[in-house]
Amino acid sequence: MATVSKYATGSAIDLPRRIADSFAEFGDLSAFGGEVIALTFRPPARGALVPALYTIGVRSIPVVAVTGLFIGMVLAVQSYAQFRALGVVTQLGSIINMSVVRELGPVLAATMLAGRVGGAMAAELATMRITEQIDAMACLGTNPVHRLAAPRFIACVLLIPLLTIVANFMGVMGGALVSTQVYNIDAHFYWQNSHGFVTLWDVTVGLIKPMFFGGAIAIIGCHRGFHSGSGAEGVGRAATRAFVSSFIAILALDFFLALFLNNLYAVLWPVG
Amino acid sequence: MQFDGQQVLHAVDLDVHRGQTVCVIGESGCGKTVLLKLIIGLLRPTVGRVLFDGKVLTDMPERELTKQRRRFGFLFQGAALFDSLTVYDNVAFGLHALGGKSEAAIREIVQQRLLEVGLSASVTEKKPAELSGGMKKRVGLARALALDPEAMLYDEPTTGLDPIMTDVINELILQTRRKRPVTSVVVTHEMKTVLKVADRVVMLYPLARLTPGENQVLFDGTPDELRQCADERVRQFVEGEARDRLQEMAQAAS
Repeated sequence: MATVSKYATGSAIDLPRRIADSFAEFGDLSAFGGEVIALTFRPPARGALVPALYTIGVRSIPVVAVTGLFIGMVLAVQSYAQFRALGVVTQLGSIINMSVVRELGPVLAATMLAGRVGGAMAAELATMRITEQIDAMACLGTNPVHRLAAPRFIACVLLIPLLTIVANFMGVMGGALVSTQVYNIDAHFYWQNSHGFVTLWDVTVGLIKPMFFGGAIAIIGCHRGFHSGSGAEGVGRAATRAFVSSFIAILALDFFLALFLNNLYAVLWPVG
Repeated sequence: MQFDGQQVLHAVDLDVHRGQTVCVIGESGCGKTVLLKLIIGLLRPTVGRVLFDGKVLTDMPERELTKQRRRFGFLFQGAALFDSLTVYDNVAFGLHALGGKSEAAIREIVQQRLLEVGLSASVTEKKPAELSGGMKKRVGLARALALDPEAMLYDEPTTGLDPIMTDVINELILQTRRKRPVTSVVVTHEMKTVLKVADRVVMLYPLARLTPGENQVLFDGTPDELRQCADERVRQFVEGEARDRLQEMAQAAS
């Protein structure tokens, strides 16, 4: 029998219901997020944290490193023409490093991780749900959210900032590689002019944001997995929706965190 | 109990006495598995309550309910083994979660439970994907028994197994009852299982097919009484005859 989506009719009558469903889902996600955060204060379940740290952290290093490297290299390629027109090619490093450390490194690394980690997390938990493994866990006297979601949340919050450092480092190196080897900018002046443009505050901002991105990726990925539909289609939808929702959350968080952290900077170090 | 406005169970009142083995039968979609999941608190009823040993499970906060669930063992239809863990870790899962036992003591319990279900120690390092359907079910049973439950819930324990393995599982259900004073609820539509293991049989009927005001529990009695039941619908199920069901389904579809 063919299955039809509950919104398939596409009538205007469905719109209020869709909006109401979206609010209900957001409420459910928030409650789930609260539960996950509260459970991180309990000692992690035996054998749950290390595999999560390994899967999320260690196994993500290659993809994050490659992403970071290309971000830096593309930035160098895209900025070179403008800098050459102004006759300040030796200043190229400053804009590349600033962009990588403050914005592109954290956001693009988080985006890659939303796909790799968030999608995988949702698919794995969704499969566990439809094969009743999550129910089995509850029957054995374990809270599945504590066992499955809390370690993933801890791993994402702790390791995504560290992975961002890897992405940033590779981005800076990629930019330098293209600038000095492809465009033959003098390495001495390139590094000398880059020095001092990236402040400790920029690095701090670039590491605070990934903690929030990591938390969002974990909560959304786990929530989608725990609440997936049935069958292979349900697993696929859970993984896709985890990535899409995480991506939107990363961009929204990036905006609000930038706003907040800039205001905080203005309060801590007022100009004049 | 209802899902998205669709009622699955209605006014089902069931007392299971300590030590009893109750088989719940009924055609697919009548709410047998839902009933099991309500008993152990994996689902909360829309209306009504579940009592276990005088305690109302339905009103319990999740943390307390988690503790109470340790008094149950649950054998899932597809065994529901944790596929990232070895057989040993699967069987030891509940014991590790409970805590308070040394690894040596846990290892001994695991080996003992595996032996009870006819599996040797050589399977302990295997992953569930390396096991046959019958072995998975037996590991699932060993895992459920590891915490010495007071009540065992079996969700279609013999579905998808060959006749020999079906009888092995039936024997294991009987053996479990012989070895420990466990109360069992077995959801099945395998009449051989019913006749072999049940002290009491309860037959549920899909709500949509009942006449208004009729009780969803069509039959509640011993296996002998089941054989002599006059209700046509019960006889039809016991004898496994479709009769006019195909025509009914075609009419409903059109």
